[in-house]
Amino acid sequence: MRAGLAPLLNVEHLTMRFGGLIAIDDLSFSAARGEITAIIGPNGAGKTTVFNCITGFYKPSGGRLLFNASDATPSPDRIDLLTTSGARHAATPGGELFLLERMPDYEIAARAKVARTFQNIRLFAGMTVLENLIVAQHNRLMQASGWTVLGLLGAPQYAAAERQALDKAKYWLDKVGLSERADDPAGDLPYGAQRRLEIARAMCTEPRLLCLDEPAAGLNPRESAELKDFLKSLQAEHATSLLLIEHDMSVVMDISDHIVVLEYGQKISDGPPDHVRNDPKVIAAYLGVEDEEVEEAEAEISP
Amino acid sequence: MAIAREPAAASDGAMRSLTAAIVDALGTALIALGLAVPILALRTEQNMFNELILQPRWGYVAVAVAAAFAARLFYLLFAAVRPRARPRSALPGTAGTVAARTFAGIGLAALVSYPLIALALTGKAGAIKWIDNFGIQIMIYIMLGWGLNIVVGLAGLLDLGYVAFYAVGAYSSALLAQTFGLSFWICLPLAGILAALWGILLGFPVLRLRGDYLAIVTLAFGEIIRLILINWVPVTGGYAGISGIPRPTLLGLPFNASDEGFAAYFQIEFSPVHRAIFLFYVILALALLTNWVTLRLRRLPIGRAWEALREDEIACRSLGINTTNTKLTAFAIGAGFGGFAGSFFAARQGFISPESFTFMESAIVLAIVVLGGMGSQIGVAIAAVAMIGGTEILRELDWLRRIFGPEFEPTQYRMLLFGLAMVLVMIWKPRGLISSRMPSIFLHQRRRVRGELVKEGHG
Amino acid sequence: MEYFLQQLINGVTLGSIYGLIAIGYTMVFGIIGMVNFAHGDVFMLSTFIALIFLLALTQVLGFASLALALIIVLVLGMLLTSLWAWAIERLAYRPLRGSFRLAPLISAIGMSIFLSNLVQVTQGPRNKPVPSFLTTVLTLREGETYTVTLSYKQILIVAVTALLLVAFWYLVQWTSLGRAQRACEQDRRMAALLGIDVDRTISLTFVMGAALAAVAGLLFMIYYGVVSFADGFVPGVKAFTAAVLGGIGSLPGAVLGGLLIGLIETLWSAYFSIDYKDVATFSILAITLVFLPSGLLGKPEVEKV
Repeated sequence: MRAGLAPLLNVEHLTMRFGGLIAIDDLSFSAARGEITAIIGPNGAGKTTVFNCITGFYKPSGGRLLFNASDATPSPDRIDLLTTSGARHAATPGGELFLLERMPDYEIAARAKVARTFQNIRLFAGMTVLENLIVAQHNRLMQASGWTVLGLLGAPQYAAAERQALDKAKYWLDKVGLSERADDPAGDLPYGAQRRLEIARAMCTEPRLLCLDEPAAGLNPRESAELKDFLKSLQAEHATSLLLIEHDMSVVMDISDHIVVLEYGQKISDGPPDHVRNDPKVIAAYLGVEDEEVEEAEAEISP
Repeated sequence: MAIAREPAAASDGAMRSLTAAIVDALGTALIALGLAVPILALRTEQNMFNELILQPRWGYVAVAVAAAFAARLFYLLFAAVRPRARPRSALPGTAGTVAARTFAGIGLAALVSYPLIALALTGKAGAIKWIDNFGIQIMIYIMLGWGLNIVVGLAGLLDLGYVAFYAVGAYSSALLAQTFGLSFWICLPLAGILAALWGILLGFPVLRLRGDYLAIVTLAFGEIIRLILINWVPVTGGYAGISGIPRPTLLGLPFNASDEGFAAYFQIEFSPVHRAIFLFYVILALALLTNWVTLRLRRLPIGRAWEALREDEIACRSLGINTTNTKLTAFAIGAGFGGFAGSFFAARQGFISPESFTFMESAIVLAIVVLGGMGSQIGVAIAAVAMIGGTEILRELDWLRRIFGPEFEPTQYRMLLFGLAMVLVMIWKPRGLISSRMPSIFLHQRRRVRGELVKEGHG
Repeated sequence: MEYFLQQLINGVTLGSIYGLIAIGYTMVFGIIGMVNFAHGDVFMLSTFIALIFLLALTQVLGFASLALALIIVLVLGMLLTSLWAWAIERLAYRPLRGSFRLAPLISAIGMSIFLSNLVQVTQGPRNKPVPSFLTTVLTLREGETYTVTLSYKQILIVAVTALLLVAFWYLVQWTSLGRAQRACEQDRRMAALLGIDVDRTISLTFVMGAALAAVAGLLFMIYYGVVSFADGFVPGVKAFTAAVLGGIGSLPGAVLGGLLIGLIETLWSAYFSIDYKDVATFSILAITLVFLPSGLLGKPEVEKV
């Protein structure tokens, strides 16, 4: 994590239990503003569960998810005040603070501006590519239509807002190369295009934090390379912070600024790519060395 | 799913040998025999001592078995040979759009001119039946279908208790008219609002259920409403219902034979057909209003949100859409239109009773929506005309008595055929008559989306 | 006190009948996730089949032994009702088994309408009184104002239900058919890939449900003494309520739900108002679905995000 950057998301002592099963065990990490943070780990480590907690689809069993949507780092007192007050969010001079664990999923997307994609693509398959992108801009369009009433009566401000939404959709269609297929049903697109569309749709909500669940899954090397460039451009041109779950190490190591490694719901490593790449615990987790043999393996690996 | 559809056709098609087909058909005939005995074969009748005796009706059994044999044989030899899967056309496309619009135009013209045509063809006396029992009846169902279409077709919320809103609209309109002496034109919007409020009240606890569970809960509520209507006698009049509901007037002119009546005012000879024609145009206007609102809403964010909700609710939530409010809006608006229809129904009949608000009505309206093709306004209209018109027309087929004997009462078979038709149409077109979907916004070209891609929603 | 005991007895009896019908709903929903709307009308059909065969045996063929006649009626009723259920599944549901869930539901509703009207048309719309028999009543307890009685019919109903429950429980848990059913419930495609004949398993599920409904139909006919074509809808919904209350997909849950519904309905009619007894049942249905959708003995469903 580059020094000096205010943390966007502070995951503190996150715990998630399903009955007797502990899926996430006291997990803490930070995602800095403007960075690409990756969560990696073997299958079943709890990565998607972390996502679901952050984006509000699961209610965490414990812990705090502090989302800082302001320019400055909030003081510890400010944070304590919010935590004890029982409120979901608070306004600070620089912006807003959110406690994501208290917010429902749609509110996290709408107010805190945390967007996500899904491991199994969830597009609106029966709607066209364009419609998918327009639906993403629902809240702003709803407001412009006067909660439908003005729109029903034909007020001009809605027409203007719709034109703006179309422009934004067109922009993203160009960016992901789907302009030609704007009027095709989303379900007809090839797999790689569907993935790109899902990301474009998430970007139409103008998120501060974009959570991507295995964006490179099922992509061939050329598509993965394109994805890498695309994600980097999101970071550079749109000042969006990224949080991604990924198995494809070439993608992760190349573009991440910060990596968090999970195994069995616990964090086993945290740091820049170089650090994580060489961390013996990480190697052991991926190669499957027994706990007792970890020390031996470490001894072998270290110079 | 492709897996479920094609293997049967392949094996059936191979059975071209006549003997094999006959044997198979005999098997079917045997099954038909088993099904027919004893329900068809032996009829329970009460004799003079009020005891039950059995009347054999083996003739009918023979006919049924023979029909089953013939049908199966025909199917095996001719129908099964045709390939089941239709080749998918590249784009169901733009041709569909133009055709749809012309069809809609023709349909509208037909509806508007219907009463006049009926009048011209059957004269004043005969036209009443055609305009009232057919025309108005079908229009009511079209309106109910369009109202339910918002809930089931667009938002994908499976509502099996739509009759509750119809009933709330009818009864509140009747009670308002009786208690406060309000005219139909004031009761109408009030009834719609009350029904919409009831929709919100009902929707609140219920809309987080998915799919079949939502269906059953709405069915339960529909039945609860009906039972309350039957039992809360001081307010609803119980089985006797409410009568003496004032009929709609045209700007204060009632449609009766009095001196202040419509006929007297325009100095034409009084005829009951005037009111029928007037009522027809009222319901037509209401239905067209429903249609217009639906089409407009589809192009507004709320309508798109409904369709997105039907496609994938979790994706909607991840985009910041408050799906609970979205569902409630669909429910409330659909309920409001149901309430309008109910208010009209009460005023047209002059009398309402709980018998008109059974689960069967909900089922019929749902069938119309699904058979028409969810979300398709034209499909719903066609389905309503076909199903309701088709079964109503049975009342007219007196000539069938000459074939089946004087005891034959075609109306008895109305619902029987209706149920059968529901099953058959579903098997023929599981996604409804018009299953493709028209996008509400386009960049280059508006092209219809194939029915197979569109989800039906899980509540 | 005696009055209460009597209501308990009556409630358990009624509940047993509901439970038998509920098993059919719960098994079909468990295996193909569909609410078989026509099941209630299949039950109604079975009451008529039972009545007609009973009349045929006693009046036309002059059977002397009532017990023997009842057994033959039971067997024939189960066979023919199962045939109907099999035919319905084959014709109206199987072609629609796929991803579009509304189509089988509409088809089922259509089938329900068809069945009730078929019986109405072929048998006439009037209620049919059943010749009375098996009228022995045991006096259990004599109180001051009320005498608690237990009739042979009631004993028969509860005993038959208990027996069948044990038999079906055994069938589902220990036989290969039961295993095949449970496999299909969990993952139909995988079960097919492993060699299970999914179509046959599903057909058998429908048949089993219908057979139990046929038993319920015979018992219903004996107990209530009158059958009518309209008896499909309300008992059907109540039995479905029982299945939901007990936990849809769970066999013991269906019977437990049935008993609860039977008791609630009887006690409500006895102590509150007989007019609103159906409202009580429907309200329970609504409340259960809203607050406890997985029922008492069912497993909660979690959707994977």
